[in-house]
This record gives sequence, structure tokens and C-alpha cells, in this order.
Amino acid sequence: MKPAPFKYVKASSVAHALSLKAEHGDDARFLAGGQSLIPAMNFRLARPSVLIDINDLSDLAGCGEAEEGRLRLGALTRYRALERNSDFLKACPLFADALPHIAHPQIRNRGTIGGNLSHADPASELPAVAVTMGARLHLKSATGERQVEACDFFIGLLTTDVQPDEMLVDIALPVQKPRSGACFMEVARRRGDFALAGVAAIVTLDAEGRCSQVRLGLCGVGETPVDASGGAAALIGETFNDKAVEAVVADVQRLIEPAGNVHASADYQRHVAGVLTGRALRTAYQRIAHAA
Amino acid sequence: MQPDRHEIALSVNGKSYRREVESRMLLSDFLRHQLMLAGTHVGCEHGVCGACTILLDGAPVRSCLMLAVQANGHELATVEGLAGETGLHPVQQAMHEHHGLQCGFCTPGILMTMTVFLKENPSPSEEEVREALSGNLCRCTGYQNIVDAMLAAAKTMRNGAP
Repeated sequence: MKPAPFKYVKASSVAHALSLKAEHGDDARFLAGGQSLIPAMNFRLARPSVLIDINDLSDLAGCGEAEEGRLRLGALTRYRALERNSDFLKACPLFADALPHIAHPQIRNRGTIGGNLSHADPASELPAVAVTMGARLHLKSATGERQVEACDFFIGLLTTDVQPDEMLVDIALPVQKPRSGACFMEVARRRGDFALAGVAAIVTLDAEGRCSQVRLGLCGVGETPVDASGGAAALIGETFNDKAVEAVVADVQRLIEPAGNVHASADYQRHVAGVLTGRALRTAYQRIAHAA
Repeated sequence: MQPDRHEIALSVNGKSYRREVESRMLLSDFLRHQLMLAGTHVGCEHGVCGACTILLDGAPVRSCLMLAVQANGHELATVEGLAGETGLHPVQQAMHEHHGLQCGFCTPGILMTMTVFLKENPSPSEEEVREALSGNLCRCTGYQNIVDAMLAAAKTMRNGAP
């Protein structure tokens, strides 16, 4: 047996799952896709005493309309379901770029959006995508519910704002605005590995063709996903041009603090983040022109 | 702590099984040690190598990243069910003909991954085949013969084999 002993409970409803979590708190973990939790349990890095299986809670899965201009994604939605949902990928094109980078098809058949975001691996793609898009996360407990913006959700390494009695139940994603283009790129040692650096970019133009909004988010270069949109000031109010892009690249490289790891030094990560920032911005911009 | 045991019922390769399992038993270990279906190989046990890939309701998944108790009520397929009465599956036949395996440890996972991939993508490019193989590690072949086998199998399957 690889994992340490635990009690397994199959939740019959969201309310049932939440009441179990209220009872057991940090000793209990939700089991969704299990593609991060089970490996951690196999290594005995995670030793929950209660495992609450939420895989049968079909009302937690799927994609639908939320309020004006937003799509709602259930936390139990699997990557594979999104990869095959062309309407969703059209409305949220950052996902179309990012999903194929997440591990491998076998993992994407099981892994879930909510599990990924709750696990909060800083090298993972979706936390950066959520921060870049301005996703709003919906948390529930047995006694209440609340909304948290993605930029406030990721607190530290593998640490989120989810409290011991709470569950991430769905996320609301803004659909792409008109005159916008998006791009996600990353560099990893092998296909499917975690990113040494990854960049998500959304460029929006005003009616005169000037950049009215530029969103930038990075993964793999800090303890949390990094919102680097503040580094894009050089492009705002300007027509898209190489000089401004180079200024943004330099600002982003100054802004991030990669720690370096066994595969890449901090300097190399910073270099890659800069190159990817330039490429992602240019590709996002070209996609606006292409769509027009 | 008393062992946490659950009764499960599932089907593997069309055959029904009913067993009692401890909740912490991985599906990969259950298949090998309780159902004695040792064709599913166990490599890294944390989802990286792909050797333990099986089909859960028709979709390739890592059996080392699922608990046996989670398979309750589901239909599984393993490499033991791949060959039909008339002989090897076209993907198995192509691996044989193109020398797509040496030690064979990774082969069951590759077969389970690629039979589904080729069914969904009947005319893949070489690049698409390599991408589909990316979640299965092979330390012998250097992949080239596996890629050749998959392109040949795709052709056979397009021409009407099962």
C-alpha cells in the first residue's frame, strides 16, 4: 500500500461534502481528479485522515452562462471536457493555448479545474491564466459562501485563501472582449512537464487601434502566479509597436523574482520569461488583426 | 486505525468482478494483485511514466492515480482485453512488426493510450503521434520504432480492421 490509511467517504451531495469538511477540517481532503493529491499521498507527503470523494457530484461539473459577460465553470469540470468544448475555447482563448500544456492526455482525462486551482502549484498554467483573465472564484462552506478574485486567491506556495471548511465550487471567467487577442506560451524541459516559465497575455485595442488594456500573467517564476499587468504600462495608449514591447519585456523581467531550480538558474528563468513575454504579446496582437 | 474496507463491483474487459478492498489500495495494485491481471505494469507510481495506463469508461487514465474504490460501478479495459479471437489488435501487430518494444515494460500503457488515440484520430501526423505518446516513457526504443508502428497501425485501422 502506498498511501497511509484514511477513511474514504463518497459524498452524495455538495451539502454532504461540506458538512463532512466542516466536521473534519484540515484532516479531510476533497478528492476530485486526484492527479496531484494521489501522487502526494503515494509519497506520503499528504496524509489526510478522511478523503471526501466528490466525483459523483455532477452539479459541480460543466460550463454555463454566469452573469453578463462571464462564463461559469464548475470546479469538477475536467480539462478534457474543456479541450473538446469549442464554444468555450472561442470565448476564453487563453484556455485553448494553455490546456495542451497541462501534463498529458491521460492526466487531462481525470484532472479538474477546481483541483488545479485549489492545489495552487505556482508552475501550473491555470492559476496564471485565472489571474490574467480576472477570474472570480466561488467558495462555499456549510454555513455560507463568498467570492474571491483570482489575484487574492493565491496566497503562497501551494497555499490559497480556501479555509479548512470551504470548497471551491465554481469559477466565473470573463469572456474575451471585442478587439482583443490572447496567447499563452511556456517553456518546459519536456512536453507536459511543469513550466520553467510561462506567460499569458491579453491585448485589447480601442476603436482607434491603440492598446487600451494589456493583461500579463506568469507561471513558474515565483511562489504564486504573478500578475505582471503593471509592467505593461509602456503599451497603454500606444499603437502596438516593437519599442513599447521591448520596454514591457524589460519591466516584466525587473518585476519577477524567480528562485531558480535544479533545471534552470534564476537568470535563465528571467531570460525565458522575457522572451516569452515579447512573443506572447506579439502573437496576441497578431490574433486581433487576424480576427478582424 | 481499523482498515477502512469497501465492497466494490466493476467490470474489467467485459467481465464483472465483486471484491472487498481497503480504501487506500491503488487501482493499479488492485488489478495486479487481486484480479491477477498483471499486464498492467507499475512504474513510477506517481503519474509520470504512463506504464499503468488503462481505460476508465473508454478513456485512458493512470491506474496508479486512482483508488480501487473509485472504480466502483465503472467499466475498465486493460491490455489483457486488447487481442481479439482473430489475433492481435492492429496496434499490437504493428508494434510487433516494427520492433516497437524491447524490454516491453512500457508497452501495455502505450497500447492502451494509442488504441484510443488512433480511434479518435484515424489519420494522425507524425507530430500528433509523438504528442500523443508524450505521456508514456520508453527507455529502450528511442521512440522511433513506436512512432513507425503507430503510423502503420493507423493505416491498417483506416483500411477497415477492428
